[in-house]
Amino acid sequence: MHELAEKYLRKEALPLLFCPGCGNGQVLNATVRAIDELKVRDDLAAVSGIGCSSWIPVYLDIDVLHTLHGRALAYAQGLKLSRPDKKVIVFTGDGDCGGIGGNHLIHAARRNIDITVVMINNYIYGMTGGQKAPTTPYRSKTKTSPYGNDENPFDVSKVVMAAGGTYVARWTTNQPVQIQKSIQKAITHKGFSFLEIMTQCPVQTGKYIFKNQDPWETMQWYKDRSATKAEDIEKGSDQFLLGEFVEDVEEEFCERIARERDGLC
Amino acid sequence: MLKIIIDDKYCKGCMICFNACPKDVFKPSDSRSKLGALMPEAKNHEKCIDCKICERLCPEMCISVNKDE
Repeated sequence: MHELAEKYLRKEALPLLFCPGCGNGQVLNATVRAIDELKVRDDLAAVSGIGCSSWIPVYLDIDVLHTLHGRALAYAQGLKLSRPDKKVIVFTGDGDCGGIGGNHLIHAARRNIDITVVMINNYIYGMTGGQKAPTTPYRSKTKTSPYGNDENPFDVSKVVMAAGGTYVARWTTNQPVQIQKSIQKAITHKGFSFLEIMTQCPVQTGKYIFKNQDPWETMQWYKDRSATKAEDIEKGSDQFLLGEFVEDVEEEFCERIARERDGLC
Repeated sequence: MLKIIIDDKYCKGCMICFNACPKDVFKPSDSRSKLGALMPEAKNHEKCIDCKICERLCPEMCISVNKDE
């Protein structure tokens, strides 16, 4: 076992419940490294909803709140407003964050409250058996769209940018160093920071969308379809852009409350 | 010389380390971990260049690359 895992994970909860080759473990790995680099273990509070990705903070030996499906951001905003000294980090999945909790996401971004959201996007509802999610690509066959998905997928990073998030980045699990640096930046950033990580789900997405249950093959699929420069993306193709999209400084919600309503927050 | 240890208590045999290694240090083996998965084995220790991509990509955090004193 790695020495950082020894230091930051709850040994009584191991082994991780993730399937072999799951990207959530890689995100946990990057998070542990980011916490170790920043030395923020005692200031950090993790909040999560329901889903495979929401099990990531359960293994971290820090303050953890495991809440209702889609409502992780509602709890996180309450926590942040009552304890502004805490750094709040939310782990959530694409269905949890963009589908069921989509409204909470938009309004948290609009307020520019100092929360870090790590959204793990695997294109599908993995834990419940492979149902169609808001991020499932057009024409993909899933358990609940057996003739192909007729809807367009949701680009959650663009939604957060439009709603007013002040730090937005997207990476795939092929870039573990960039994920770690982005988590560090997002934790230290004052304002709503949103990090979208494209991960492989070898069991459900592998079965329905990629038709290949090898985790490494899926990681390569993401590598082939992503680029860090906008001019490398072909129009109308299924390629997507990686990188840090927005890094703005705007007034943060807790500070505004403290200024406007003296001593309330 | 670097020492690569794969923890047989937590390895699930996803073989991401085997595929990701740029120097083919890992080889599939017949030994099974405590969870019942076929584990990779660090065969060519001398080829390792200490890039630690296996450590970073391991979903179970069960690989550690250390300097052998």
